[in-house]
Amino acid sequence: MSLHFELVTPARLVRSEDVYMVVVPGAEGEFGVLEGHAPVMSIIKDGALKVYRSAGAAPEEIMVEGGFAEVGDKGLTVLAERVVG
Amino acid sequence: MASLKELKGRINSVKSTQKITKAKQMVAAAKLRKAQAAAEAARPYGIRMAAVMGSLASKVAGQDNAPLLMRGTGSSQRHLLVVVNTDKGLCGGLNSNIIKEAKIQARALIAAGKDVSFYLVGKKGRAPIKREYPDLKADGFDTSTVRTPGFEEAGAIARELIALFEGGKFDVAHLIAPKFKSALAQDPVTAQLIPVPAPVAANDSGAVVDYEPSEAEILEGLLPRYVTTQIFGALLEREASEQGASMTAMDNATRNAGELIQKLTIQYNRSRQAAITTELIEIIAGAEAL
Repeated sequence: MSLHFELVTPARLVRSEDVYMVVVPGAEGEFGVLEGHAPVMSIIKDGALKVYRSAGAAPEEIMVEGGFAEVGDKGLTVLAERVVG
Repeated sequence: MASLKELKGRINSVKSTQKITKAKQMVAAAKLRKAQAAAEAARPYGIRMAAVMGSLASKVAGQDNAPLLMRGTGSSQRHLLVVVNTDKGLCGGLNSNIIKEAKIQARALIAAGKDVSFYLVGKKGRAPIKREYPDLKADGFDTSTVRTPGFEEAGAIARELIALFEGGKFDVAHLIAPKFKSALAQDPVTAQLIPVPAPVAANDSGAVVDYEPSEAEILEGLLPRYVTTQIFGALLEREASEQGASMTAMDNATRNAGELIQKLTIQYNRSRQAAITTELIEIIAGAEAL
């Protein structure tokens, strides 16, 4: 019961791992993605991606700028223009 | 017959040239590895971007409200050729090959009665293109101010191109850039940049996808980014091609210099031997005369 999460920037593939949940700063509000989420495509705002490695764990925040998120059969893919820090 | 001193001078001069080409070859080899790694690292983004574009485009395609960047201006009269050249020389025939490809494209378009203008990225393309087409407009973008052009430069180029497009300065843009195959082969490739050609839709899973905000809006935001990605890819390919071509060219130059040194050395030794022999004969002849 895990979500495959990929974070890609033009420069490199930043993350590719299995996590519990990711909270994405969508253009129309934040949304959390768990395994089996319905397919969504959304533009993201500049902000923090919150990655929960396991249920109840403290989230790891990754600041991203400009891009979009896609949820499909293969999990969550975030294409960001830049990852800060 | 050149004098001994002259020969010695030439040998030394070729030796220093060889040192330079050898150094440049080693530098290019090191940089090539880095450039290839960068090109490799950028690939996942491009692939995913194309996949997303494909699925979006197939939904919006054919609708009248498709974004301008995808629909085009409806005319194909004015063409813009975006030519990506290197900033530095010493890379063999790379730049002249790119220019040749650009000229072929330009000639074909002009023969078909279209208007052609240029947008030149990189220093080495400016002079030859301006010489060939002195009265055609040729803007450019200078990438020589930064060491390795990255996504920011690509973004700046894309913004400028899109501004020109939206300002109605051209109808179709083509990107002419080298494609890195190996250190020995870098072929210039022409691809349509604007209007964005609809990528072939990836296998649609058939699932209903929620779009936030609407499909059209996402596409609108995505298209400039897609153009940027294309240009970024071209810049990376250019970097790898430049280093690859440079490595090969400098390797040849070093080898040629080595051959030349060998030939000159043999010539030098022969003349030296001849001079000694003449001197001996003179002495012996003098002694016999006594």
